[in-house]
Amino acid sequence: MSKTAETAMPILEAKSLGIQFGGLKAVQDFNMAIYRGELVGLIGPNGAGKTTVFNMLTGVYQPTEGSFFLDGEKMNGKKPHQVVEAGIARTFQNIRLFKKLTAAENVKAAMNMHMKYGLFSALFRRKGYWEEEKEIQGKALELLELVRLGDKADVTAENLPYGQQRRLEIARALATGMKVLLLDEPAAGMNPTETAQLLDIIRLIREKLNISVLLIEHDMSLVMKICERIQVIDYGVTIASGTPEEIADNPRVIEAYLGKDEEEEDAC
Amino acid sequence: MPREKKKSYFINFVGVLAVFLLLAALFESNILGSRTNYVKGICTTACYTIIMVASLNLLTGFMGEFSLGHAGFMSVGAYASAIFTGFLPETGIPDFLVFLMALIIGGIAAAVAGVLVGIPALRLRGDYLCIVTVAFAEIIRVAFCNFDITGGGRTLSGIRSLSNFYWCFWVMVVCVALMYMYVRSRFGRTVTAIREDYIAASASGINVTYYKVLTFTFSAFFAGVAGAIYAHYMTAMIPTNFSFMYSSEFLTEVIIGGTGSLTGSVIGAAFLSALPELMRQFSTYRMLMYSVVLILVMIFRPGGIFGTWEFSLARLLKKGPQKKKRTGGVVHE
Repeated sequence: MSKTAETAMPILEAKSLGIQFGGLKAVQDFNMAIYRGELVGLIGPNGAGKTTVFNMLTGVYQPTEGSFFLDGEKMNGKKPHQVVEAGIARTFQNIRLFKKLTAAENVKAAMNMHMKYGLFSALFRRKGYWEEEKEIQGKALELLELVRLGDKADVTAENLPYGQQRRLEIARALATGMKVLLLDEPAAGMNPTETAQLLDIIRLIREKLNISVLLIEHDMSLVMKICERIQVIDYGVTIASGTPEEIADNPRVIEAYLGKDEEEEDAC
Repeated sequence: MPREKKKSYFINFVGVLAVFLLLAALFESNILGSRTNYVKGICTTACYTIIMVASLNLLTGFMGEFSLGHAGFMSVGAYASAIFTGFLPETGIPDFLVFLMALIIGGIAAAVAGVLVGIPALRLRGDYLCIVTVAFAEIIRVAFCNFDITGGGRTLSGIRSLSNFYWCFWVMVVCVALMYMYVRSRFGRTVTAIREDYIAASASGINVTYYKVLTFTFSAFFAGVAGAIYAHYMTAMIPTNFSFMYSSEFLTEVIIGGTGSLTGSVIGAAFLSALPELMRQFSTYRMLMYSVVLILVMIFRPGGIFGTWEFSLARLLKKGPQKKKRTGGVVHE
């Protein structure tokens, strides 16, 4: 849909990306293009290779085949922190916060790469230190406000309820100032209210920050509700891609998710 | 600088000054009589131990990596500074200046060693890193036992006696203050983030190896400074002084004081370096008591006495008048 609107260069593009662990081809020939401001869903049954794709796109794994580009810049061979610097940030399937730090410090830690004051300024508390610390404190509070954690800035991360921890992780990813946000099952383990809140927040950050989002999710209703395009993988191979409606009716997707249905159809 | 910060720094400085004047009065008034020098000696020991323990706490408490080779960096600093002052003429340069230069030379030498060890070693984590640091300290010890310039396994003696308590006190204060500033800056924040979750840290754009090596080097620098004080206090030393046991002693003090609390390191180190002396009258039971204290602390305060809590005189004054007890604690410096 938005493809027609945006004929420009995709912001994140994967070209026949693949990775092999020993003899196992975890992901093969993975192609994807995300355009500015788009929200794309990546779905598939357990063990299909979704998180492996994420790990490749964030530099955790080095792809053994193909390559991926951010804004036309080739990202292969970059270390995770370099990929983040370039503009791809992520959250984790199992929450990985800096547990003993406060919510605000979690966010500030992710801003570190944009901070300029040096060791000398820090040790002798020179002007640069005060100015920059004040500036990022403000920015951190803004981001926390955005994910509705404005009043939780001084709470230690591990003391936040589950749903809020997930949101804090999103705020931390946003703090890196990325262009593309990768969300790895952001609604996992959430109750319906928390999921609804999360939906609102994802919509809000897209409107406000005009970023592109790639989302892995098991909660089908969530994916169908917010994604503009969906790509489905199974056993490391892309089996379908298109709008939510197209995906919902695609027999191969139904087969991958609900093998039984197919048998029934055969019987008929 | 925000005004209230300025005020709080000033108040804490006044607190430190008060401790200093108290100790100075104690030594100058000769209340202790013939024991003055003995007590002064213990206090000087406490000064370099505090620097050692606080710098090790940067690694163990804030970065979350165990180092069992910190005495190795101390010995690099000690020998480098001792050799340096050995080459200087006895007269002509004011003692204080020589002392200061020795500290800086000691610190830089240890920091260089820190970089050299850190770059390959800090790709490892946990137990593996711990083993590498032990190996490093052993290599240093064996190397110094075989170099001519370090006395070749014999005692290196005739080092100038420069570490007087009053100077050491202020060196210690400056070192601890610098470490505190480091911890409470973006550097400390990234390092604690790495401790909490290094995968998430690198996914937040933090160059994990860089910050680990930086902190390791920073910590080694202060260990070198402590070594320089040590050398010019003892005036004679042998590489085997800086053994594995010595390293583990520092680690014990870090853990007792509280991993992640510089206050804990200061008070823990001061207390534990005074403890053996305080219990000298029980001579034979001394080590037993020491062990009992350690075990009790570990049972009742597994996070160390102070946990991650930091002392601030300014905050205390704001809260109310129960300040006396705490300042009493810092007097141990």
